Amino acid sequence: MTTATFLVQCLNAVQYGLLLFLVASGLTLIFGIMGVINLAHGSFYMLGAYLAFALAPWFGDWFLMRLVAGVALAAIFGYLLEWVFFSFLYERDHLQQVLLTYALILVFEELRSLAVGNDVHGVAAPAWLAGGFHLGGLMEYPWYRVFASAACLVVALALYAVVNRTRLGMMIRAGASNRDMVRGLGVDIRRLYRIVFAGGVALAALAGMIAAPLSSVYPGMGSSVLIICFVVVVIGGIGSITGALVASLLVGFVDTFGKVFFAEWSGVGVYVLMAIVLVWRPEGLMKRGF
Amino acid sequence: MASDDGADDLRSDAAAGTRADVGALPDIGRREAGGWLVPAAAALAFAALPLVVSPYAQDLIVRIAIYAIFALSLELLVGATGLVSLGHAAFLGIGAYVTVLASGDSGASLALLVPLAMAAAAGYAIVVGALSLRTRGVYFIMVTLAFAQMAYFVVHDTKAGGGSDGIFLYAKPTLAIGAQTLLDLGQRLPFYYTVVAVLVLTYAFIALLLGSRFGHALAGIRVNEQRMRAAGFSTTPYKLAAFTIAGALAGLAGLLLAVKDGAVNPELLSWHESGAVLLMLIFGGIGSLRGAVLGAICFTLLKELFQSEALLGSLASHWQLTLGLTIIAFVAALPRGLIGIGARLRGVRAARAGAARST
Amino acid sequence: MPTGSLMSALPAQVFAPREATSATPLLEAIGLGRRFRGLAAVDNVSIDVCVGEIHAVIGTNGAGKSTLINMLSGELAPSAGSVRFGGNDVTRWSQPRRARAGLGRSYQRTTIFAEFSVLENCRLTAQASEPGPWRIWERAANDTRAIAVAMRALAAAGLDGDAGRIASTLSHGAKRQLEIAMCLATAPRALLLDEPLAGMGAEETGRMLALLASLKETHAILLVEHDMDAVFKVADRITVMVNGQVIASDVPEQIRSDRAVREAYLGDGH
Repeated sequence: MTTATFLVQCLNAVQYGLLLFLVASGLTLIFGIMGVINLAHGSFYMLGAYLAFALAPWFGDWFLMRLVAGVALAAIFGYLLEWVFFSFLYERDHLQQVLLTYALILVFEELRSLAVGNDVHGVAAPAWLAGGFHLGGLMEYPWYRVFASAACLVVALALYAVVNRTRLGMMIRAGASNRDMVRGLGVDIRRLYRIVFAGGVALAALAGMIAAPLSSVYPGMGSSVLIICFVVVVIGGIGSITGALVASLLVGFVDTFGKVFFAEWSGVGVYVLMAIVLVWRPEGLMKRGF
Repeated sequence: MASDDGADDLRSDAAAGTRADVGALPDIGRREAGGWLVPAAAALAFAALPLVVSPYAQDLIVRIAIYAIFALSLELLVGATGLVSLGHAAFLGIGAYVTVLASGDSGASLALLVPLAMAAAAGYAIVVGALSLRTRGVYFIMVTLAFAQMAYFVVHDTKAGGGSDGIFLYAKPTLAIGAQTLLDLGQRLPFYYTVVAVLVLTYAFIALLLGSRFGHALAGIRVNEQRMRAAGFSTTPYKLAAFTIAGALAGLAGLLLAVKDGAVNPELLSWHESGAVLLMLIFGGIGSLRGAVLGAICFTLLKELFQSEALLGSLASHWQLTLGLTIIAFVAALPRGLIGIGARLRGVRAARAGAARST
Repeated sequence: MPTGSLMSALPAQVFAPREATSATPLLEAIGLGRRFRGLAAVDNVSIDVCVGEIHAVIGTNGAGKSTLINMLSGELAPSAGSVRFGGNDVTRWSQPRRARAGLGRSYQRTTIFAEFSVLENCRLTAQASEPGPWRIWERAANDTRAIAVAMRALAAAGLDGDAGRIASTLSHGAKRQLEIAMCLATAPRALLLDEPLAGMGAEETGRMLALLASLKETHAILLVEHDMDAVFKVADRITVMVNGQVIASDVPEQIRSDRAVREAYLGDGH
């Protein structure tokens, strides 16, 4: 493997990992704060991808505007979804949550099928991000992938800032460690949950929108990303944003280099990683906390 | 809670959430209505049905019976021990794949296939169980799902696993002594009765297990694992044993499914399959062996109904929507399942609080 | 419920099949310490309990009593120090292993099996060290040995009349006694009791104290409690903890007059 190829794979790994982080951080936030396991989280990723596809004719090359619009729509959707559905899940045990959110996946899949059909769609990267930069020899690394990584990194930093520097973030962290106490302090916990949930949905949808030009838009994309996210959360520790970041990058590298070295068996690599972490540190790599 | 920082609140929350509401298995002393008569009557009904129903219906009943075995195996894990696994389909699939692979071109004897399928499933179960049981609650759910997905990728992506199209079963298994064939699963009626017999044996075995000290220990672990450890039970070996037995029984169901369908494909190990069997349990009522069987019947029929163009016309193609909404309505309204309705109607709770028998 | 049954002398051999010497401590902690991310919850605590005594541990909230008990029972690994039980170094032993060796514990939050009957609760714990759990043809409900042990434990706790009742229907005080009975059914030599009097009224407290007094002859009892009157009534030795450290450990009369203790704990009111 040449240096250039190695570099490309590293960049790919980082980019994949960062995208995963966006989805996984939403998942871990929602579980960490509200204690709800949500199998439908992958559907939000799919929602984002399909939004990128659906909004394309309206925004043309105004890609950033498209992202903003998509995120806003997703956030509103998440807010409403929490209100009419998820708020009823908090008191239920995990088994019921699993099955109810599983049913939600079925419903979403069918609604998507009714709305836009089952075809695979391509989404073009915006013109100003076309092409790539030379990486030695004949290798060219696409600008869009650089943009994707950069965008995710910006969001990650913004997330960190919100969680650690704002009042909202303080309430989130407090809610994660002691739900009842926060309620007792007069914080409107229901609105907090709604905001957190909307945020989680928006993060996943954003990831989907960014990923759309890279992986195209197809029906099963939600499920594959979801299970990998579960692995990320198990490795990183539930409720830990830092853990999700480290784990996402780890998974990104294992998956990317796995495909290079192990071909057929590459799909298994991530789970072997998880198994190793389970043997070594079952509570996750990061101690609980943000 | 005046607890130490070391006690992970989130994790104990998660564990409690999965454990507490899973429901009391009526194994410790209390009998379900009708005792042994109801399951016995059901078995007889199953056995008598081929006399009155069409081959198509027999086919459906066999399918239901196989899923009932699958559901019973999971009940041991979820209902009895309180371990919610979202990866149980892996063991069904492994049993099925091993059956097909070991049958090769000329078929194989049941005497080989049954122990092989169950051992293969049990083998994977021990490894997955040992790793998964290092986690609790929500983590456990996610980890079991992940390991099932791993098995899915092995059969889906690798040449050895046959790829996404699956593999055909070229010759159905038989049981023979010397030249004399005792049982040919390729024949409809023998296969039907074999499946029913396996269902009855599985039911009886699990019921026996639950009434033993091992089963009671599992119940104790479900209700309050901490107290069990404080009393001196090493709880992990018990849970691992339950996990492995459940896996082996699922493997047996997989063998029967492979024989019935004459083929296997990776979707047997998908999480949709794992989700479906959990749904069967909750439909029937967690914590009840009858519920597991009832749930398998109910769920399979429901799916057949929703996918039936004859009955629902064009709505049948949108069965995911109808099924999804039904599941939501059902789980939201009847979290204790169909058995729960029966219990409520008979005022079982009132009877329990009053004159509970001691043994 | 007649209190007489509690005061009647039980044969000493019922729950303590082994020798009942009180010369050497049955349970000791030597230099136990536990840190959580830099904060020392327990710091260099040494404590011992002999058969025939009730050794009480008192201290304000956050003094480290729960951490200490968790390290003794095996639920928490110490950062420093060791635990000895019955002549063995059990520091690395898991909780179930220590329990099978005779170290029982009760919890501050009631941990009974609410949905099972009172008898089933004790029978289940009595079956903990029974050999051959793989003998699945044996019915648990027909285990005469375990049932007998369970009934004896219930009798000691005064609950034998309620054997058939579902545990969730018991009064709070009775549940706490069931907690102790479940512990007794495992034939322990030493008992770690975490606030057994929590939430009890005067009459129930009296019953529990009488039970503890009757058990003391044949067991080593470590008692963590907040109820000062009860502690001074029943303890043979008292250890006082403040901020994870032991500030005094002596007989009750000495503790009562110890200036450091008064300042740190008793004097401030609680």
